[in-house]
Amino acid sequence: MSQTQFLFSGFGGQGILFAGKFLAYKGMMEDRQVSWLPSYGPEMRGGTASCSVILSDEPVGSPIVTRPDVLVAMNLPSLDKFESAVAPGGIIFVDSTLVERKVQRTDVTTYYIPATKMAADNNLGNLANMIIVGKLLSVLGEYDADSIATTLGKVISARKANLLDVNRTALQLGADFE
Amino acid sequence: MAEKVLMKGNEAIAEAAICAGCRHYFGYPITPQTEIAAYMAKKMPKIGGCFLQAESEVAAINMVYGVSATGKRVMTSSSSPGISLKAEGLSYMAGADLPALVVNVQRGGPGLGGIQPSQSDYFQATRGGGHGDYRMIVLAPASVQEMASLTVKGFDLADKYRMTAMILADGTMGQMMEPVSLDFPEPEKVEKPWATNGTDMAREHNIVNSLFLQPDALERTNFERYERYAYIEQHEAMWEEYRMEDAEICVTAFGIASRVAKNAINEARKQGIKVGMIRPITLWPFPVAPFKAAADKVKSFISVELSMGQMIEDIKLATECKKPVYLCNRAGGIIPSPDEVLAAIVKANENGGDL
Repeated sequence: MSQTQFLFSGFGGQGILFAGKFLAYKGMMEDRQVSWLPSYGPEMRGGTASCSVILSDEPVGSPIVTRPDVLVAMNLPSLDKFESAVAPGGIIFVDSTLVERKVQRTDVTTYYIPATKMAADNNLGNLANMIIVGKLLSVLGEYDADSIATTLGKVISARKANLLDVNRTALQLGADFE
Repeated sequence: MAEKVLMKGNEAIAEAAICAGCRHYFGYPITPQTEIAAYMAKKMPKIGGCFLQAESEVAAINMVYGVSATGKRVMTSSSSPGISLKAEGLSYMAGADLPALVVNVQRGGPGLGGIQPSQSDYFQATRGGGHGDYRMIVLAPASVQEMASLTVKGFDLADKYRMTAMILADGTMGQMMEPVSLDFPEPEKVEKPWATNGTDMAREHNIVNSLFLQPDALERTNFERYERYAYIEQHEAMWEEYRMEDAEICVTAFGIASRVAKNAINEARKQGIKVGMIRPITLWPFPVAPFKAAADKVKSFISVELSMGQMIEDIKLATECKKPVYLCNRAGGIIPSPDEVLAAIVKANENGGDL
């Protein structure tokens, strides 16, 4: 039985909810059990956003992620808040353009990706989120161009089809980042 | 099987309502259920339906009364404080025997409370909320799929018994996304000979009304209604049993609390503790039969709730107080963690069933 719990967090507008939705959709397309739960409370109104995603081979119990196996922290308040919650042996992805400090935990694996800078340098607007997701998928050994293309086709509405390419580029850029 | 889509619970309710033939929605925005209204606003005009944002919750529920009287399927949705405002209309609809679907995506209370998930409208939903002798069928979904399927079921039950069916969800259920299949059969045509939809000069006119000034006439309507309620109690209770085969401790939870409890039960089972769960799917009628049976087998019950323990009364009534019922709860918009529920289970197990 395999289950992975993800927590995405950052400022509102960084595409936190979308990044989680993409991952949940990808899981669903691969016939896995999935759940996606956004924060919608007072903290959201204060400008920070987070969402819980669970991918599982069994039906998902609680959709609330309190001990993430994978944490994506796209700003400092998120890292400060959730670093201690990560499960031992877990993985933390940090947007190192916006988070200057290092992760203190020694029992987790950390990847520092200057995603916001990479997005700006490559004319990818605000797709730092997808750059990190690209890296995340490659680290988890789940980067699969076909599945990614199908999933993007589902989560991006036909009206916004012009965004397919940039999203694919952002994911690729993240996956290739060493 | 139709393709599954990833949807928020609120959106699943709205889409399922449309599948069930509902073409009239009246509401007023309130977190955390606003996606229902937003979805209806987008969809209804395209399919010849009616979406109307009323000037208040009170207005919305009275619009529901009006459309229901014409025999059409109709719904409204709100969250806790908004449902309190609708209570008068709910009582009037009960008094006029009008079917409707009402959705409550609960948030913390009392008063304006907060906007985070809660289950503290249990009494309000299962005991009526408005004045007078009446009941509502109360359905408690625990997944996005159930948000959809119980919506369809709710419309069917409402029409069948000429009463309000309520979906009692919470903020988590409304906001979370899960894969959902919306492959529902075409709704069956329900005959409504009582509807005020025009006589064509071929029949006596129908009257839909909740005013009965003659006490004997009013008493008769109450007795007739309670015969129907008694039948519903016998025939419409729904529940899920989870790992109850050899359980010595019985957790009881509905909605989001049951999801958290499942994690805790699986963890406790790994530690060798014989624990299971009865999850009521209908809160009214409360599923008495499985509790009655469990009361002879288990040492104790633990009610896991996002309230101050409002469901405990129903568990005690169903089990005729044969075994102790303990409470494991959080309130005010906080959801108990699986660890908190596990701790309650472990403690009950160590103390021979006592918390």
